[in-house]
Amino acid sequence: MANMAPKKNEMPQQKPEIRCKNFEEVALGYTEEQAIDEAKRCLNCKTRPCVHGCPVAVQIPEFIAKVAEGDFEGAYQIISETNSLPAVCGRVCPQESQCESKCVRGIKGEPVGIGRLERFVADYHMKNKTEHPKAPELNGHKVAVIGAGPSGLSCAGSLAARGYKVTIFEALHVPGGVLSYGIPEFRLPGEVVAAEIDELRALGVEIKTNIIIGKTMMIDELFEEGYEAVFIGSGAGLPKFMKIPGENLNNVYSANEFLTRINLMGAYKEGSRTPLVHAKHTVVVGGGNVAMDAARSAKRTGADVTLVYRRTEKELPARKEEVEHALEEGIKFEFLTSPISINGDGKVESITCQRMELSAPDESGRARPVVIEGSEFDMECDCVIMAIGTSPNPLIASATDGLDTQKWGGIVADEVGKTSRDMVWAGGDAVTGAATVILAMGAGKTAAEEIDRAIMGK
Amino acid sequence: MYKILKKEYLNPTVVRMEILAPEVSRRAEAGQFVILRADSDGERIPLTVADYDREKGSVTIIFQVVGASTEVLRHLEEGDCLSDFAGPLGKKTETEGRKCVAVVGGGVGSAIAYPVAKKFFSQGTHVDAIIGFRNRDLVILEDEFRKASTELHLMTDDGSYGEHGLVTAALEKLIESGREYDEVVAIGPLPMMKFVSLLTKKYNIKTVVSMNPIMIDGTGMCGCCRLTVGGETKFACVDGPEFDGHLVDFDEAIRRSRMYSDFESEKREETCNLFKKEVE
Repeated sequence: MANMAPKKNEMPQQKPEIRCKNFEEVALGYTEEQAIDEAKRCLNCKTRPCVHGCPVAVQIPEFIAKVAEGDFEGAYQIISETNSLPAVCGRVCPQESQCESKCVRGIKGEPVGIGRLERFVADYHMKNKTEHPKAPELNGHKVAVIGAGPSGLSCAGSLAARGYKVTIFEALHVPGGVLSYGIPEFRLPGEVVAAEIDELRALGVEIKTNIIIGKTMMIDELFEEGYEAVFIGSGAGLPKFMKIPGENLNNVYSANEFLTRINLMGAYKEGSRTPLVHAKHTVVVGGGNVAMDAARSAKRTGADVTLVYRRTEKELPARKEEVEHALEEGIKFEFLTSPISINGDGKVESITCQRMELSAPDESGRARPVVIEGSEFDMECDCVIMAIGTSPNPLIASATDGLDTQKWGGIVADEVGKTSRDMVWAGGDAVTGAATVILAMGAGKTAAEEIDRAIMGK
Repeated sequence: MYKILKKEYLNPTVVRMEILAPEVSRRAEAGQFVILRADSDGERIPLTVADYDREKGSVTIIFQVVGASTEVLRHLEEGDCLSDFAGPLGKKTETEGRKCVAVVGGGVGSAIAYPVAKKFFSQGTHVDAIIGFRNRDLVILEDEFRKASTELHLMTDDGSYGEHGLVTAALEKLIESGREYDEVVAIGPLPMMKFVSLLTKKYNIKTVVSMNPIMIDGTGMCGCCRLTVGGETKFACVDGPEFDGHLVDFDEAIRRSRMYSDFESEKREETCNLFKKEVE
């Protein structure tokens, strides 16, 4: 009999007043009892609408049925058939706009906590597994993947499972891409990312760090070395700035820089050799997940934090849970506000903003913010973090003949990732511009299927 | 892991290391840089390529000990390995078509100016090398420069070696004597590059400077190395590191380079003390 409780089992978490002073994970995860109880809320619909909401088509009702039976390892096996990074997805996917948005239980009450269950299952597996998965027998074909972020890892995992010898080339000194340099420890612990990457290595995926394709090596050289296909998952790492006065003052960071110092370089740790500004009042500009991550990280380094966003709370592109967590942790929000200059004598001393109002929605359905004349005001602050988006890194495209790009820098690729170059696929933020981890993973997986078809069809 | 093949002190705080890194060496050119990490919890530090040997698969770096990370680096010995060594990054120096150039190096910046001089000289360009140091004890690469230039002008601030005076004085004298430079390349401390650029602007001589701002990833990802060139924001890592010296906002660059200087000297001292303890 299904559990008809209208609400999800609540996620145990660190209290806001405690967690805003540490970098440990906020959400603590379900217990076995909570997971089974939550799994029993699933009605096991025949039409499986939730699966259609998942970019990597996780067999959701099937894995949840296993959880309800208490067969957690069985549930893991089902998830990992289609998802190379379940512990990551269970934590950072915007489930409310994907699988859970389609859940029938969501019509009257809250949907099944699919993300929370996925996380529980993945964590259970990591804790209790006795051995790594066995690498499948090699099929004799080699594929190169550029970038060890979500799309590259997902593509590599899918290909390795099919018997391909996959090598990932990563520019930084650690794999993970945005999972390692961007998303903070309190939302996605580094050891969770490392453990999932270890599973991929056990499948036979090789990761070469410190290789910048387009600089250290060229795509043409990869083909010369015997790779039959190349997947580009180089992400959207180039930070955007607003081009307002004062943006190059000391103590103005891009969110990428601020988060990289903290996550990748561990600047928040006692005794770290990586410097970081410890501000009294930090202003974060932007409203996406990255802005929330930057704001909450700044809070944890001891700053009072104000987030300014030019639209209203309703339009915030961040995951709902991140916004709630930020509010609970005492981040102040200034909506309908946009900066026009950053001021100071060498160093940030204040930010001048103006108020906005929303126009009627345009063709895209989004209301455009319009300046309210004469509404300028100053806010004192000693650090500003720009989190207004990133664009694709041009390094690879500019070094590769015949690889077409959009005007704004994205690599041109069709719906299955095929680029203008023969046997070269691309996916994730490098193609779409900044989006989500799971969309990038979906693109990597789709491209893997296409690469398999192309190589096998030769 | 990247093995240290050779290590030597060029002066008490400047170290030259030859690193085994075949992937980097294959494409390295004068003007480009690498990002390295000395150990597994080290910072990512950018260092300009000082030389390379493609046959051996090695890249040479020269660095001055300024902070904790370079302090750790200098304590590594021949046979030890660096955790990470990535590159070559940034754009290479353009040398084509130049008939007569001055290559100006200041302090440890001379180490970066050297491969540039060498490249010009080996293609038959007339090279006046002007390198300046505070005093005799700090002079580096004198022999190397002598072999890579048509004329070498070695300057010291206090006159304890070579000619007495600043590099700008030597450069101005050469220009006044009628040298017609296609280009001046200046590499060294920011104030030196600033004053060389001010001087050459007066004579309308194209000037290239090599910027070495604070950096993390070196691939355009963090924006930490941004600087203003001709009123536009550029990233030194991907748009440079070489820029038109007449367009660079040096005062901003100087200010940004000092963002963490207190932290750096504090950390260096801590690290020094750690090493001292190990010795005791």
